Amino acid sequence: MKKTLLVGALVLPLAVVGTYFALRGTTRAEQGLRCGTFEPPREAPSFSLDGSDGKKLSSRDHLGKVVILEFGFTFCQNVCPATLARLTEVHKKLGSAARDVQLIFVTVDPGRDSPERLREHLAAFNPSFLGATGTPDELAVVRKAYGVVAKQVVSKNPALGYEVDHSSSIYLIDRQGKIRGLVPFGTPADDIVHDLELLLKEPT
Amino acid sequence: MIANAADALSDVHPRVEDGLATPSRIRRHQRFGIVVGAIFTPILFAAMWPVTFDSREELFEIPKGTWARRMAGEKREILPSEIHLLVGVHNVLMLKNSDDVPQIFGPTLLMPGQSLRLPFTRPSENYFACTAHASGQLVIVVEAAPTWPWSRLSWRVRRMLRWLSKP
Repeated sequence: MKKTLLVGALVLPLAVVGTYFALRGTTRAEQGLRCGTFEPPREAPSFSLDGSDGKKLSSRDHLGKVVILEFGFTFCQNVCPATLARLTEVHKKLGSAARDVQLIFVTVDPGRDSPERLREHLAAFNPSFLGATGTPDELAVVRKAYGVVAKQVVSKNPALGYEVDHSSSIYLIDRQGKIRGLVPFGTPADDIVHDLELLLKEPT
Repeated sequence: MIANAADALSDVHPRVEDGLATPSRIRRHQRFGIVVGAIFTPILFAAMWPVTFDSREELFEIPKGTWARRMAGEKREILPSEIHLLVGVHNVLMLKNSDDVPQIFGPTLLMPGQSLRLPFTRPSENYFACTAHASGQLVIVVEAAPTWPWSRLSWRVRRMLRWLSKP
């Protein structure tokens, strides 16, 4: 009896510990794009807005490039500048491949974001970034087509008057003009670079 | 001599005299052991057994006919306002629109038959604007996979509490 207890006392903890280490959770790396992926990918809705370069900006102008589409506003105090700073970092990390990537920043605040204001704001991050604005109705149509929500709210900062609560994810559009990825706010620059490099390898 | 023999007997069988090994004592000990075992075995199991899921994906699907039912006045929440995922184990949010019309689903617009597969690789709290919720937000809480006994136990307790607090 004593022997059985002794053996049990030794074997049971060993079995528990052995099972624990044998089945300890294993993690697997993600394959393919690291951001959100659409299946099947759909055509990016086309739009024609006023570009920050003074020209008409059409989404179709950049077929052949990978487009990063961001919705935001220049008076934003946190999400938009953080995303633009990250995309500036991404742009640098891409090196020469960045010439085949175009960022388009569509404003959700047409009342304050003129083409000139957009140009000045974006140039502070990267001169190649393009801004787009239009009438409130035109922009509402674009937002609806992409499933982006935006709502004016009273700002905690009285000097700003109002802010715009809006979707913070960015879209990745491939060279053929299809929406391929949804990148949530806060995604590390290396993950975005990884996905852009994969999209850049695909044929035009 | 007689006294010595009695002393010797008490040395050999002291518990008999104390009454510790009586059948009722043994039964009491057995019951105590069963109760302790019944309490601690599930706790030990919850602490030691690895956290696993059948799939890495947490799937939410808009069923066919949802839009028509909504138009008819039926209110139905498909997406909870808070979703919990675990890095490397159960870390992919899968949204699928099986309805006949485009639907804003969580962070994006999905066409009929389209799905969004959104993996999360780091512990984080993610806030997405979502008109489907009263708060206007969908929160996705991504936790590190619990790999140590205490973290597994606490994760299972939190999961159970969340399940119990569901309406």
